[in-house]
Formats: sequence, structure tokens, C-alpha cells
Amino acid sequence: MKSKQASEHDELLEISSGEAEHVYHWHCGHYISRFLLGLRNKKTILGIKCSHCGRVYVPPREVCGRCFKTMDEWVDLGSEGSIYAFTVVKLPYIDPNTGNPIKVPRTDVYVKLDGADTCLMHWLDESDEKKITVGARVRAVFKESRRGTIHDIECFTQI
Amino acid sequence: MGTRTAIVGVGQTHHTSKRKDVNGQELISEAVKRALEDAALSLNDIDAIVIGNMDHFEAINNVDGWSVDGSGAFMKPIMKVTTGGSTGGTLGSCAYYHVASGLFDVVMAIGWEKNSESDTQAAISTCADPIVERDFFGGAIGPNAAEYAMYMKQFGAVQEDAALVAVRDHNNALRNPHAHLRKFITVEDVMKSPVLCWPIKLLDSCPRSDGACAVIYASESRAPKITARSAWVHATAVSHDYVYFGDYDWEMMPTLQATVDRVYQRAGITNPLKDVDVMELYLPFSTCGVVWMDHMRMCGAGEAPKLIRKGVFDMNGELPINPSGGVLSTNPIGATGLIRIAEAALQVMGKAEERQVSDVKTAMATAFGSCYWFEATVLRSAKP
Repeated sequence: MKSKQASEHDELLEISSGEAEHVYHWHCGHYISRFLLGLRNKKTILGIKCSHCGRVYVPPREVCGRCFKTMDEWVDLGSEGSIYAFTVVKLPYIDPNTGNPIKVPRTDVYVKLDGADTCLMHWLDESDEKKITVGARVRAVFKESRRGTIHDIECFTQI
Repeated sequence: MGTRTAIVGVGQTHHTSKRKDVNGQELISEAVKRALEDAALSLNDIDAIVIGNMDHFEAINNVDGWSVDGSGAFMKPIMKVTTGGSTGGTLGSCAYYHVASGLFDVVMAIGWEKNSESDTQAAISTCADPIVERDFFGGAIGPNAAEYAMYMKQFGAVQEDAALVAVRDHNNALRNPHAHLRKFITVEDVMKSPVLCWPIKLLDSCPRSDGACAVIYASESRAPKITARSAWVHATAVSHDYVYFGDYDWEMMPTLQATVDRVYQRAGITNPLKDVDVMELYLPFSTCGVVWMDHMRMCGAGEAPKLIRKGVFDMNGELPINPSGGVLSTNPIGATGLIRIAEAALQVMGKAEERQVSDVKTAMATAFGSCYWFEATVLRSAKP
């Protein structure tokens, strides 16, 4: 629908929300904390296995949604796997955590770690789609200085 | 199945990129007035209202209360539902549940969005887990782009197959006066358009729109008194599975398969190509119009490109999909799923004007959102 005819009495205004920061503090709980500590302290990626259906989940979580059973069998998945799917992001959309445009091109990759049944999402250090293959072997590259976040993994790289 | 229920009226705004001439309540009000007019009802006839959008696009989190002047819910029971991109489908299901329960006779579902008020991809990214996944999510586009990269590798599909879907939906929109984008395009235009998230390009992608839609549901005791042309609800289904995007099985798409299998079974559909006359599908990217055809049992695994190249889903094909132009031409996100139901209802009621498919007895609508949540509704001209 076309805007109503604007006259001198009905200029259409737009009000912006302002510059205020509104920071969230997300609680990791026992399972994600242990997962992040594994990255920070041992440069290893931990998954968790459902003793009922046998699926290995990464990131680890308390309950297997499929079986609704509590899981407690931790699995060290190491740092290698294969590319399940990927995309090269070229649209510099706004990062909701910073308010700034993301840096592009950026390759988002779904990694099926060896021994896991689900994928870990991360970045790949190659942004030419012609040089990336679904199924290719990859390895996690860890940062020297680690803080206990998912970014303790710098990215994945094709082996 | 509860009280038999029909859609008796629909209304929608003329969707566009930015409606600076109205605020949210006023936008909602336009759709509500049009739905009431379509059903020849007044607000006094409405027993209850369900309303939905995605909070983070407008940063207003009590839309049920905030919108009362626009929705007409003054002193009426109103509740908000929001399930991400599939909100519109869920609104339809909830309005149906209200009537089918026998507690309400006439219920209105309202979906709306003013996507122009914020950065759509930033807002959508907040649906991904903030600690582990959000930074790798690629907005709404990323996961579906990755899905098509995988499908191309697995089955040898090409980007041009998706482009054919984009051409179909965009050019269908030329017959829909409510559609946001109404521009004739070719496969070449799609292939030359800028890459957003490889392999998804601008013309493969839905726009972000401002718009609203309202749909009125009535019980079998009231529906025949309201209109002689009802769209009866024969089946609805919804399924959802995991927390993390990395959990999803794209080779099987279990939520889509479970959703369509449930409505097919409930509505007695054994071959969707033959048993359904028209579909309004929530295809946010042209690539979904390829991959999801396999999982909707239109064909065997990897065979969707063949059907698309043959024009099976075109306006004059065996099963027209998205005569309205679909999500690729119009996407006020909280309304988008409800627009699919409204458009399917218009087809069944024979009120789809220039975009009408001839002799529609059965129509199906879907919605999609969040971490691969699917909704589906089957409507028929015949009472169940």
C-alpha cells in the first residue's frame, strides 16, 4: 500500500532506540562448562554418549532429547572430522553480539567430528567455495591463548 | 478430531519493504478490518484472538497487550504465540485448536511483522544458541545455503535448478496484488544476482517485508451461516526436534517428513502430486523448493530437479506451488506462515482472483522456522 499523501501536518517520523548496550550473561551449566574447559585446558573436544540409543552428541548436553534420558558417558572426540555442509557468507549482516557488521567472506562449516553423531558448527579458513568439498577431512586449529569459549578453537582447516 | 472447523475469511495488507505511514497496531488493524470485511463479520462476532510475531524484530515483547487497539482484542481473550519463522503456521494451528476444542465458535489468528524496524539477520541470529553456535550461524541464510551445498554434492543438482524455483515464485507474484516484490525475472537474472551465502544469491532469497495477515476460523455450527464458501480444516501437524543446528539431519529432514506424513495420513493423501490441487509452501529460499520436494514425498531422493525442470510445480503444471509468489516475493516473518494458510484458503474458496488455480478441492500450506520446525495444514472445500 502506498503511503498516505504527506501534508505539512503529517511528516512521517522514525525514532531510533539509542546507543545503550544491553549485555546478557549466559549460564553454561555443568555440561557446556566442562566442554569449554576441555577446549581451554586440554585442546580437546568433548562429546557425550546416550547409554540408551548410543548416539554421541557434541556439544554435550544433559538430556538425550530422543530418549529423554540423562547422559553421563563423556567421550573425547579429539579434533578431527569431516565437512558435513558449509556455506561462504558474503552478506555483512549485523552481529547481534557486537552491533557491528560481520567480516566477510566467512565460511561457516558443519563438522562431523570422528566418533560424533551430530555436527559442531564453526568457521573454516578457506573462503573460496571451489576449494571446499563436502566430505573433506578437517582439523581444529586451537588458539595459543584460550579463555574457555567456543572461540578457543580459532577455526577448522582442511587436512 | 474435535469440533469441525473452517476458515471463513481472510485479510492481508499490501506487503512492502517499509510502512512508515503506520505503526505496528495500525498495520495489524488493516489486516483485521479486511478479514472481518471478507467474512462480513463485526468484531462482536469474534470470541477470541491469537496473535504472533517474532519479538526481536521490533523489540516489543508484550505484543498481545500492546496491539489491542489494532487487533480488536479489547476485553477479549487474546494470547500470543511465537515459534520463530513458523509463527504464522502455529497461529493457524492455535486458532484451529481453540475452535476444535468446542470452547470458542469464532476465533481470529493474526500474524504481523515490521521487518524494516531492525536488522533482520542480526535478529534472526538470536534464535541460535548464544554460547556454542550463534557466531557460526550465518543468519537465516547460512543453514539453508549449507543444506543446498550438500544436496548439490550428493545428487548432482545445480544452482540453476534452484533458480528455476526462484523464477516460478517471483513471476507468480505478478498475479498477486498483495505481493511485496512484483518483478519479472529470468534464470539469468538469478544467476547474476549477488551471492549472499554461497550458493544462495539475492534472487534465491526471500525479502524482508512489513505486513500483516488475519484469518478467521469458525465452528461447524457457525461457518455455514457466515459463508457458503468455507475452507475446512482436514489436518494440521507440527514437529520439532533438536536444540542445536548442528544436530539436524539434512539427509532425512525428519521434522519435515514427520509433519507431512501426519497430515497426509490424517487427510487420506497417498500421492501428494495427484491428491492435492495446490500448495502454498513456506520456501524461504529457492533451494528449499528443490531439496524439500524430496522430503515431501513428491519424488524419490535426488529427483526434485527433474520435476522442476519439467514444470510440474508451475501454474499450469500437475501441482501448482505458490501461486501467490510465496515467501520469495513476500516475507513479513510473523505473518508469513499465516499468509500461506490464507492463500491456500482463498484457493479452496475460489477467491484467489488472477492467481486462482482452477477447480481446487484440496490445498495444503506449510510453515518453517527455528531449528527446523515444520507446520502443515490441509484445507478442503468439502466438510471433513
